[in-house]
Amino acid sequence: MTIAITGLNANDNPGPGIAVIRAIRDELGHDVRIIGLSYESLEPGIYMSGMVDKTYQIPYPTAGIAALKSRLQYIHEQEMLDLVIPNFDAELYNFIKITPWLDSIGIRTYLPTEEQLAARDKMNLSDFGAEHGFNVPADHKLHTAGDITKAGHELGYPLVVKGKYYEAFVNHTPDLAIKSFHHLSAKWGLPVIAQQFIKGTEINIAGLADGKGNAISVIPMRKLYLTDKGKAWAGITIEDEELIKLAVKFASVTKWKGGFEMEIMRDEGGRLFIMEINPRFPAWVYLTAGVGQNQPAALVKMAMGADVEPFTEYTAGKMFIRYSWDHLVDIADFQQYSAFGELSIAKVHL
Amino acid sequence: MKIKKNIATSENGFIFNPATGDSFSGNAMATAILSAMKNNEPDEQIRKNILEKYDVTAEQLNRDWEDWTIQLREANLIEC
Repeated sequence: MTIAITGLNANDNPGPGIAVIRAIRDELGHDVRIIGLSYESLEPGIYMSGMVDKTYQIPYPTAGIAALKSRLQYIHEQEMLDLVIPNFDAELYNFIKITPWLDSIGIRTYLPTEEQLAARDKMNLSDFGAEHGFNVPADHKLHTAGDITKAGHELGYPLVVKGKYYEAFVNHTPDLAIKSFHHLSAKWGLPVIAQQFIKGTEINIAGLADGKGNAISVIPMRKLYLTDKGKAWAGITIEDEELIKLAVKFASVTKWKGGFEMEIMRDEGGRLFIMEINPRFPAWVYLTAGVGQNQPAALVKMAMGADVEPFTEYTAGKMFIRYSWDHLVDIADFQQYSAFGELSIAKVHL
Repeated sequence: MKIKKNIATSENGFIFNPATGDSFSGNAMATAILSAMKNNEPDEQIRKNILEKYDVTAEQLNRDWEDWTIQLREANLIEC
């Protein structure tokens, strides 16, 4: 089986690709051929033998659907892909759009619909919560820096200011909120989102759902150590029926198909607030394999047509601790990838 | 006072709450009391054993027991 996977940027704010590959290899063995799809030539996964067999560069999402199709057509002619697993929020829209075409040339996917993707978008999260009875922090769309005055008045301080796609800052004064607005609007565009600050414990949930309203797997994880970007550098699985019910309800009301991650804040009163819902597996998804619910491998099986029964058990108290590793790379490999946009991890001799 | 059923403790004083992911380190006395609580020994029995075994007055034990209870509650380790 040949599977193409994106998200090979295993840096300090990692994409999920390497964790997805590791989980798949754990269960389905090294007979699976993994084709990496990368955007840049310094994504570490390109050079990780044992993980990726060959990597191809693909165009940025902003290049559009035609460019992506053209590149995937070429890659498919070389590799005969069976399945593609995109792992970045920003690329999902394009991959969902070309799902019928991928299917027509024999490449399977396991993705949510365009409507499902839009419903959980941070722009629509507040409405989504109101519609389905989830606790979601109040928010305010900011189109100009002047909107911050009203948002601060309504939501109070500290005020969370979030970029359209990524990044968020907690601001304790209007001046800081305005600074965050300018930073985020310049980087990610408008609107910027002001969100009510919820004090509490950060918990993330990795999930997999079948598109028919069933959650196949739900694994809650408490963050133990955060990077300065708020990403989990260490975490631990926890057992909590309320968290599992929340994710099961999400899968049920949305009929979500594919992997997802729910970012949850439990406030001092024990209420669970949905801060964000990411439409793909998280970078820590290998932990699901380690606790008995290998979500990426289950997704592969389901995408290939197998029936997978919902998992019911997992190990609470299993930790992950991320680490840094200086991977040494021959300049020949880097040159090959930079010049030709493809690299088999077998050595290239200059 | 009942310790939550799912709380995991080890002989060397490590305490883990699987519902929250919190972990704590307890000294030998904490480990012994938690072990007794997990075996469903009544509070009065545990306190009586402490008075018999250690050089402590009932007043001092009362104060310490109150502290202990507050700590367990704050750590979310006991049934409501």
